[in-house]
Amino acid sequence: MLVPLSWLKDYVDIDVTPDVLEEKLFSCGFEVEEKYEVGKDISNVVVGLVKTCEAIPETHLHLCTVDAGSHGTFQVCCGADNVVAGGKFPLALVGATVYATAKDHKTVEGVATINAGKLRGYDSYGMLCSGTELGVNDDMYEGGDYNGLLVLPADANPGDDVKPILGLDDWIFDVSITANRPDCQSIFGIAREVAAVLEKPLKEPDLSYTESGETIDFKVSVSAQDLCPRYIAHYVSDVKIAKSPQWMRRRLNLVGCSAISNVVDITNYVLKELGQPMHAFDYSYLEGNEINVRRANEGEKIVTLDEKEFTLTNENLVICDGKKPVALAGIMGGLNSEILDTTSAVMFECAKFAHDNIRKSSKALGQVSDSSARYSKGVDEYTTAMAIKRALHLMEELNCGKVSSYHTDVNSGNSIERKRLTVSVNKVNGVLGIKVPDEDIVRILKNLNFEPALNGDELTLNIPAYRVDMETYQDVAEEVIRMYGYEHIVPTFIPTAEVTSGGYNLNQRTELKIKRALCAQGANEGVHYSFFSPADLDLIKVPEDSDLRHAIKLINPINIDLSLMRTTLAPQMIRAMALNQKRGNLSGRIFELGNRFIAKELPLKEYPDERETICIGVFGEDEDFFSLKGVVEAVADALDVSFDYTAFKNTFLHPYRCAKIECNGEEIGYMGQLKYEIIDELDMRVKSFVAEIDLKALTKYYGKARKFVPLSKFAEDKRDLCFVMGKEVTCANIEKTIKETCDYVTDIELFDIYEGAQLGEDKKSMAFSLVFTPKDKEFENGFVDGLVNDILSKLGDKYNVTLRA
Amino acid sequence: MADLNELVEKLSAIRTSIEEDIKNVSNFKEAFEYRKVLMDSKTGKVGSLMREMGKIPNELKAEYGKRVNELKNWAQGAVDDLEKKFKEAELNLRYEKEAVDVTLPSKKHKIGNLHPNTQVRNQLVDIFGSMGFDIFEGNEIETDYYNFTALNIPADHPARDMQDTFYLSPDFLLRTQTSSGQIHVMEAQRPPIKIISPGKVFRSDDDATHSPMFSQMEGLVVDKGITLCDLKGMLDVFVEKIFGDGTKTRLRPSYFPFTEPSVEVDVSCFACHGKGCKLCKGTGWIEVLGAGVVNKKVLEDCGIDSDVYSGIAFGIGIERIAMLKYGINNIKLLFESDVRVLGQIDD
Repeated sequence: MLVPLSWLKDYVDIDVTPDVLEEKLFSCGFEVEEKYEVGKDISNVVVGLVKTCEAIPETHLHLCTVDAGSHGTFQVCCGADNVVAGGKFPLALVGATVYATAKDHKTVEGVATINAGKLRGYDSYGMLCSGTELGVNDDMYEGGDYNGLLVLPADANPGDDVKPILGLDDWIFDVSITANRPDCQSIFGIAREVAAVLEKPLKEPDLSYTESGETIDFKVSVSAQDLCPRYIAHYVSDVKIAKSPQWMRRRLNLVGCSAISNVVDITNYVLKELGQPMHAFDYSYLEGNEINVRRANEGEKIVTLDEKEFTLTNENLVICDGKKPVALAGIMGGLNSEILDTTSAVMFECAKFAHDNIRKSSKALGQVSDSSARYSKGVDEYTTAMAIKRALHLMEELNCGKVSSYHTDVNSGNSIERKRLTVSVNKVNGVLGIKVPDEDIVRILKNLNFEPALNGDELTLNIPAYRVDMETYQDVAEEVIRMYGYEHIVPTFIPTAEVTSGGYNLNQRTELKIKRALCAQGANEGVHYSFFSPADLDLIKVPEDSDLRHAIKLINPINIDLSLMRTTLAPQMIRAMALNQKRGNLSGRIFELGNRFIAKELPLKEYPDERETICIGVFGEDEDFFSLKGVVEAVADALDVSFDYTAFKNTFLHPYRCAKIECNGEEIGYMGQLKYEIIDELDMRVKSFVAEIDLKALTKYYGKARKFVPLSKFAEDKRDLCFVMGKEVTCANIEKTIKETCDYVTDIELFDIYEGAQLGEDKKSMAFSLVFTPKDKEFENGFVDGLVNDILSKLGDKYNVTLRA
Repeated sequence: MADLNELVEKLSAIRTSIEEDIKNVSNFKEAFEYRKVLMDSKTGKVGSLMREMGKIPNELKAEYGKRVNELKNWAQGAVDDLEKKFKEAELNLRYEKEAVDVTLPSKKHKIGNLHPNTQVRNQLVDIFGSMGFDIFEGNEIETDYYNFTALNIPADHPARDMQDTFYLSPDFLLRTQTSSGQIHVMEAQRPPIKIISPGKVFRSDDDATHSPMFSQMEGLVVDKGITLCDLKGMLDVFVEKIFGDGTKTRLRPSYFPFTEPSVEVDVSCFACHGKGCKLCKGTGWIEVLGAGVVNKKVLEDCGIDSDVYSGIAFGIGIERIAMLKYGINNIKLLFESDVRVLGQIDD
């Protein structure tokens, strides 16, 4: 919120520098996001008295001598049509900075430094300036918009800095206000805080006015009191629409609000000054001598001041006269009752609307105004009652109408009086952990206008009605400490707390172990969004009827690409690999451990299953199915389980390089090489592989206690056996059969595969190293030979395997 | 029969011939073979000499044997030297042949890295775990109640404007803050409570400096007599451990609906140590987290007696810490999985 220092000074006698004020506001909870001098870009511009002024023949220029007091007298060429001897104008000295303007002399194009120069052969030492060149318009200073020199007052002293004269030495504070302090969303609201923090008295704005005695026959009713707890209307007659006085226009300008006409400006001024939005209806356009505040009818239409038409719903609140909606409550007035130059009587509206209703309507309709922004933050009824008086006072002060005696305040009975709050001082100090001296507590709360009275431990406060946030001793503690200073908080280390032990639990430790195991395989951990795109499901060719399509939808996604809670981690991993390859990273390993979201029913009625899942992506010319398998095995090893693999087909992996992964008979994932179609579709450049493992299914193996197995006391026997078999027999077939047949075998390792003419077209050989470990006594001679024979005959029966000659 | 002189001359001649032979041996293999020529007990120039013992007169046998042994020892030494010489030469040649350019690139098995978020999270868990905090991981999908209402943010509360929420249904949403975890813990557990709750959170914000998904870590302590001073003490320890010794904290007033008083916590800039630099925008301080004393309404709604117990809570942005610590300038880099980025930051 923009706060001009000069305006603040209306209410508080500020005798500190802008820097100190910024620091004070910061320390009590109001961060100044930006602070700048109004004339920050203007320097070295002084009052210049034109002593002589002679036209330069055949040009529009004048050659002037300009008296700049103590700075000297300068020869200056000037092209403005209102330059005249004896006139006082702003003179930018050599080295001054002013705004550079385009050829139209109006469009500011940046900041320029004035140099000594020659115009049409005449030396010129400086420049006489227009309002635009100094950043001053008519609202800021009379004559500011004139396309010529800015005329300074006759009593200005040559050589004096023009900034104080033009108000350019003023400061603007852009203050950020936290959501709990809607009462500070105004200049006066900030002034209350400034008064408290500087410990200065607060001067209230003048609320006085005299009623004319005139009344009218008019009825105000509120049908939707839940959305409008207070509606105040006041009638003003004999309205003369005119330009507002310069001081008001300047202030509105400084806070980013353009001046329009006195009545409209007064409503805007009160909004900025007190934080209460107001509206003025042209009385002559209100039909039926009444105002009713009600929910809009479905489909009802209104055209607002900015000539936009809206079709309303029952969720929108409207202000209606006897026949039609005349304003979109809290957002914008209707075009049909707009204040015009011809307006001769107005009905002022000053109301409190429910902030969430205004916020929702404003959002739903896409119509935002200063008023709706203000209402959305919350307005208090104390200020509502105050603001109407202020507006009427200003009507009188500006002499633009006769304040009638017609005043209506329709309200739901909320008090706008102070409310009593009694708290324990010990509890206040108990929150803080320090003992703030009683006198400081009382002083601080007095400065905040809480009327404190201390009796032993009992602190009684009379909280002003605008402080709707004050409810408990904790709120009081915050008020005390923000004014007393957080630097008084001393570090302690929970001396009263019980000792607890902490750290990762089993699940978290195991997940970290798995992550580290994957890192050891050279994979980097990635993190992808929890939501993805319908296009991601299309990418991996998910059929229309697949469960993966049964994804939870975001009602209000940022865009379609972030609109579904992911049901698989694979597409984002594939896209990450594609992105890497596009950027020239032609090999890499990535894994992600994140959730898939599986809804029991849609739309959600209960918490969905958030399934921890591992996705692995491996790409590069040196990678193959088995290098991916090595990374997958790292997960099994970390959990001390073994995975089984069976050839498998899915929609996006190579039909002959894809496996289903099982653990103890339970399917837990898949792995394989990405199909060439997808490689092409994403312009990928190298072989890429994906695995996805449902980690949640493996949590039952977490923390499986490992026991030390003593090394065998007896000599092991290692046999290398080379089997010949049909090509369709898999390594897993052989391994499984061996294990089932002989429990002396403690290790099986494939060390060679061979296919060749000697074996025959449809045959291959696989060579295994088998380790036979004795159980409770040494192997006797020939015992292992017997075991080998058993294995051979079993393999022969089952898969027609023979021993290679 | 031969006399001694004859025998001595014969042995001396053999020695001379060996000396001549050795000059012609040019490599290890020849040396190895020449050993056989000399030492073979049947045919060797020296090795076979003992076989002639029978022909030697008895009185000379001792002397002959001694002389032959001397010759044998000498010959043995001579071929040993010869072999050693050629062995060394051959090894040297092999070493030379096997010379490498030591400046060629290494062959290493690269180890992957944990995500910067995981690394920061681990550091936070180490710090707070050692202080006795348990780790609670909540759901990414939350109800409106746990995300807002129970945190003292009713439906019409202006604080709802502070966060743009992704809704999944009228009741379910993507949590906007890990604070929702607080409530689950306080409902399930009685004080003393000390938890941290790290996790992903979501807000409808997607531009150069915002990501619609990011991570937070919430911390909560509820016990008897917990105060704002304890918050300060705890955070002082935390910031020194995460940002380095000498890092200071500064509390300043702020607002969160679930804490009262609420504070923003700034740390003294660890890049310039408070002098003012680009990182801290010249202020000497960097905003790192929000915190406060748990609002008694929040405790009471969870069935905790606020007359007996009080609490403190804080919330840290994990990416913010990661970006500050590692100097990562764009939050989007953390979610792209570019291996050149992920490969840089290790534990």
